[in-house]
Amino acid sequence: MKKLSALLAVSGLMGVGEVSADYTLNLTEGVTELSRDIHDLHMSIFWICVVIGILVYGMLAYSLVNHRKSKGVIPAQFHENTKLEILWTVIPFLILIGMAIPATKVMIKVYDTSGADMTIKVTGYQWKWKYEYLDEGVSFFSTLDAKSNQARQMNSGVDPTTVENYLLEVDHPLVVPVGKKIRFLFTGGDVIHSWWVPDLGWKKDTIPGFITDAWAKVEKAGTYRGQCTELCGRDHGFMPIVVIAKPEDEYKQWLAEQKGGRTPEEAEAANQDSEALTVASEGAHDQPSDKTSKVTEESADQQFAASSAGASKDDLMSLGQTVYEGHCLSCHQASGEGIDGMFPAIKGSAVANGPVSGHINLILNGKPPLMASFRNVLKPEEIAAVITYQRNALGNSTGDIVQASDVASHQ
Amino acid sequence: MSVTAIHDDHHDHGPTKGFMRWVTTTNHKDIGTLYLVFSLAMFMVGGAMALVIRAELFEPGMQFVDPLFFNSMTTLHALIMVFGAVMPAFAGLANWMIPMMIGSPDMALPRLNNWSFWLLPFAAVMLVSTLFMDGGAAAAGWTLYPPLSLQAGASFPFTIFTIHILGISSIMAAINIIVTILNMRAPGMTLMKMPLFVWTWLITAFLLIAIMPVFAGAVTMLLTDKFFGTSFFNAAGGGDPVLYQHLFWFFGHPEVYVLILPSFGIVSQIIPTFARKPLFGYSSMVYATASIGFLSFVVWAHHQYTVGMPVEGELYFTYATMLIAVPTGVKVFNWMSTMWQGAMTFEAPMLWAIAFVVLFTMGGFTGLMMAISPADLQYHDTYFIVAHFHYVLVSGAVFAIIAAVYYWLPKWTGVMYDERLANLHFWLTTISVNVCFFPQHFLGLAGMPRRIPDYALQFAEFNAWSSVGAFVFGFSQLILCYIVVKSMRGEGEKATDEVWEGASEHGLEWQLPSPAPYHTWEHSPHIH
Repeated sequence: MKKLSALLAVSGLMGVGEVSADYTLNLTEGVTELSRDIHDLHMSIFWICVVIGILVYGMLAYSLVNHRKSKGVIPAQFHENTKLEILWTVIPFLILIGMAIPATKVMIKVYDTSGADMTIKVTGYQWKWKYEYLDEGVSFFSTLDAKSNQARQMNSGVDPTTVENYLLEVDHPLVVPVGKKIRFLFTGGDVIHSWWVPDLGWKKDTIPGFITDAWAKVEKAGTYRGQCTELCGRDHGFMPIVVIAKPEDEYKQWLAEQKGGRTPEEAEAANQDSEALTVASEGAHDQPSDKTSKVTEESADQQFAASSAGASKDDLMSLGQTVYEGHCLSCHQASGEGIDGMFPAIKGSAVANGPVSGHINLILNGKPPLMASFRNVLKPEEIAAVITYQRNALGNSTGDIVQASDVASHQ
Repeated sequence: MSVTAIHDDHHDHGPTKGFMRWVTTTNHKDIGTLYLVFSLAMFMVGGAMALVIRAELFEPGMQFVDPLFFNSMTTLHALIMVFGAVMPAFAGLANWMIPMMIGSPDMALPRLNNWSFWLLPFAAVMLVSTLFMDGGAAAAGWTLYPPLSLQAGASFPFTIFTIHILGISSIMAAINIIVTILNMRAPGMTLMKMPLFVWTWLITAFLLIAIMPVFAGAVTMLLTDKFFGTSFFNAAGGGDPVLYQHLFWFFGHPEVYVLILPSFGIVSQIIPTFARKPLFGYSSMVYATASIGFLSFVVWAHHQYTVGMPVEGELYFTYATMLIAVPTGVKVFNWMSTMWQGAMTFEAPMLWAIAFVVLFTMGGFTGLMMAISPADLQYHDTYFIVAHFHYVLVSGAVFAIIAAVYYWLPKWTGVMYDERLANLHFWLTTISVNVCFFPQHFLGLAGMPRRIPDYALQFAEFNAWSSVGAFVFGFSQLILCYIVVKSMRGEGEKATDEVWEGASEHGLEWQLPSPAPYHTWEHSPHIH
């Protein structure tokens, strides 16, 4: 009720106004040639509409003021004028041709993905993005950052206005070099998503089973934010995109960190199978701004050290919780209770309390069409950790400890 | 007139009494009333859903509903407004007015008419009942794009069955309207003498017959993909999710013209009456409507500029879509020329019709912008689109329907509505609809995607404005309900037969008594 009354109060408006970030009225010019071309098209068609609008609304206003019965006007009885009618058919047609020519030029340019310096594959998942640098063997997932994710839960007790870049921040941003023509390939892992960063000038749908492409050459270093723009289910509003454009040398350095932040064997494995990299090990490069990524980093390191002997339950639980929050929570919920009729509960479920092998199978293979396979998404130790977590938290207490070797034996 | 009245005394078929009158009626006026009352009820239900959406979007953060329920609200709001409110309202107006306007005693197929109405309440109840099923109501948007729509829970087959029923109802109504118009016109009422409202409905009815089976087919393919192992829209089985989008929009684009063409007809009836001048460019209005109807079939993929069509496809759909601006422009210019040098008065129907012309043109401008495919790569699926289609559908279609209700209500009920209340209703609605939807242009251009339950902080101000506008808009419609109920109870100043000064020159319906008797034009009027 309090909320409802605030809703109708004009004072509520001002309250919102004070705390919110700067708003804009118009389309961004962006930081690529395409985005500028598109902005120019947008402005020319806008001004054409403004001019036509002034004429049409001006005539209408004049008529409404002067051609009133109350002014004693005797109504005219004309009801056609062939010349006039031809004129207002032909003139709009010519204006349209005038717009169609530049639009055609820009569209052809948008589609010209040839001569790219590098290729990044983008896969949309419910509700995260996966980025793969195809020539570099680097890949990682990008999800809503922990602070926004916490604040956006209902009754979270966190005021969204206190969260920096609320809903527009991710754990692992996409890093790209300035001044290079980047070809993007898009596909969907489950449903259709759409990848949109307004500063790049376009959006492209990610369609499961098909590849679409687009290109961008970022001209200015900086951080550019966007969002998924195709309705993709419950958390459609919570899968932002962050692109950081860096000068060539800084980008190279970042790339080297991505490859060098791991053991040689791992880097080797990464080159052979770019899918096998994980959120956890990617955490190293970022400013470790949030607690989650620090925890991930440490537990992942401990994990590697102990992998031959088997990880301790505490380590598994801690890594498992991180994985759960990154990959499972959005459907199965923080409580593990799922959503009735759509996403089954893990709490008290037959899978999480039954044989371990069934649990491992489910996570490796998924359950189409709702649940994706995690075989190529998570590493064995992460799968082991999240299974251990699910079986010993969220209201379950089987006491089972699952090790990476148990998962590997199912592969 | 006097001839008709004498004959009425001879066979007095009054309506039967009580509830069964409405269940068994085959009278076009009764069925028209049923359609219109049903439509008003659905307008309120769909409106309540819109208010859930706007309440959640009033400020950043999740306050009231789960995101999944939010998605169900956007989905059902659209389905109910399109199939439950706007289309039945036009069907109701067609039932009431087409026979009276063409000098026919009733619709050609009265029993079919009864059935096509009575399917609707059942479809509506079934659709709303899906809210209480496991997994909630459909939440993939009214477009029901797969694979997302296939993730629905128990509600899925019910949603699709609802669409089938609604489709059958629409097709039957369309057949009835075509048959009536082509066969039941009074002698002398040639096609090119028909009122514009009849013309626009004739073209709309052909659109409906062409598109509803396509929609039914597309959703049936969804059904078999989900339950019978087919792979129409699944790449793993050789299908393509985008195929659904092409099928859907082959239906969906003409469908939006189904929602607007009868509005053009209504406005073309009202403006000449209150300008006291004949409609400017009657035949060009007819040809423009037919051109728009034709073009509506060949522009569908402009809803899909971002799916990765070949560049040739993008360009073709860009050019074809831009062409629609030409006949639409002709219509707007014709309405303006009708007003030009007229002797206008501004009773409620005229106010709504003028607001229609002004605000629909706004929606037309943004539509023209979106036709430019490269620019649409930015606009697509943002609030810019939401603003656009609410300008053409709310301040377009809905405004025209309200204009029609005020215009013909005295003829239906025999009493004048309260002009002061109607003015209050008009100004509250027109101001709030702009407060609600105008800021959404800015939101979209600034980067806010549509169909999201929560948003980044820079979108907060305009969303707050938009929500305030939506609530004022929503509650203002209670005035409409009050006015309509009051008139239906026969309260108010007695209306003359002509109702509006000089109206008898603008249509046969104004030559009948007010209220229109249960049976009219049992003997054809003479058209000169």
